[in-house]
Amino acid sequence: MGAGAQALTHAAELLVTLDPGLVQIVSLSLRVSFAAVVIATLAGLPLGATIAVARFPGRQVLIVILNALLGLPSVVVGLAVYLLLSRAGPLGSMGILFTPSAMVFAQAILVAPIIAALSRQSIEDAWREYEEQLRSLGAAPVQAGLTLVWDCRFSLLTTVLAGFGRAVAEVGAVMIVGGNIDGVTRVMTTAIALETSMGDLPLALGLGFILLSLVLALNAAAQVIKEAAQHRYG
Amino acid sequence: MQTLLPLRLEDLCFEARGRGIIQGISLEFEAGSRTVILGPNGAGKSVLLRLCHGLLAPTSGRVVWNRSGAANGRHRQAMVFQRPVMLRRSALANIAYGLKLAGVGRSERQARAQRALEELGLAQLAGRFARVLSGGEQQRLALARAWALEPEVLFLDEPTANLDPAATREIEAAISRIGAAGTKIIMVTHDLGAAKRLADDIVFLHEGRVLERAGATRFFKGPASREAAAFLQGELI
Repeated sequence: MGAGAQALTHAAELLVTLDPGLVQIVSLSLRVSFAAVVIATLAGLPLGATIAVARFPGRQVLIVILNALLGLPSVVVGLAVYLLLSRAGPLGSMGILFTPSAMVFAQAILVAPIIAALSRQSIEDAWREYEEQLRSLGAAPVQAGLTLVWDCRFSLLTTVLAGFGRAVAEVGAVMIVGGNIDGVTRVMTTAIALETSMGDLPLALGLGFILLSLVLALNAAAQVIKEAAQHRYG
Repeated sequence: MQTLLPLRLEDLCFEARGRGIIQGISLEFEAGSRTVILGPNGAGKSVLLRLCHGLLAPTSGRVVWNRSGAANGRHRQAMVFQRPVMLRRSALANIAYGLKLAGVGRSERQARAQRALEELGLAQLAGRFARVLSGGEQQRLALARAWALEPEVLFLDEPTANLDPAATREIEAAISRIGAAGTKIIMVTHDLGAAKRLADDIVFLHEGRVLERAGATRFFKGPASREAAAFLQGELI
């Protein structure tokens, strides 16, 4: 049996027996990314909705910046958050560098522009369709915005899932601000990077398999929700 | 309550990208009759309707309602668009939404929405999601949503342009009933058939100007302008 096949068998064993080390890493990954996405949604969704509906000077520039931030390199976010949180940095007194909180912080910054940009797009498309009707019915801007968010709820859910996918799969930011400390800040992606470089392929493969399945499942869920909503609500 | 009508347009102009879409229109709309704004595509009909309803602001000139502040009390006027815009909720909830924006209390909303659905023959669709209804049903629902507001003036922008004959018949019957119940109907169309069936009086629009304003019978018998005569002949003007 080759080394690759051996590693695969061992990876399957880890998965089937729910190896505690593996479970701990996966669970931290999910918790950090979930918290980050909640925060990013609370910030990004209202921002996206506002840009979609409001007309103000500099709006086009903001949209360009937001769209550019879609491709924000996660290591750069990690570096920026590291500088913010390091002892000498402006937020150094919080003392959260190399903790899961720092990782949530960094991922939220990474994901918020994604949620803002994508929700801006879907809400603006809806606004184009609804604007005259809503104004005719006498909707004030804020009211119209809330109506649009509610009417776009399924495409926005897809957006949030996309954000979660980005968060859980990124490695640069959590590596820098989390430090990949075993049992404390080690998540799937940083563990894969470390174990691979150390030659522990079974764990890396097992985690890789879980990560891949997770991202696949998220996209499948997004697709199913979209189709079902389209079919049911039109 | 003081009535909104008559609605007076004073030397109304509207420009877009340097082009005069509406070029100095002065008109008065009285209560009661069903007025059809007729004209070829590109005459400025839809823009005129949106100026009246307050969805567009005129470049110059004024839209004057009999009661001041009427433009803000928009729920005394309603508009039905060429393509109905339904929200992703039930038919009943779509009507209730309009009533909510008009400031109708929660308890009254359901009853009024239900009545509007019944009036338009849509009662059995109350719980269905609005956006999966057929085009004709959605347009009737849009009428029901407007009717539920009990508007003094109902603006209609080519309401049957996308519909088949059966659905068109239903919509036109509903418009007649709403008009008969006392709502002023102001409808835009380029469809001669619809104009003949519905109009009490005609405003003939061509290239952003009113060429003719006459009772429907007189207009269809003998239009005064060359353009209107050509339009009635089915020529492309």
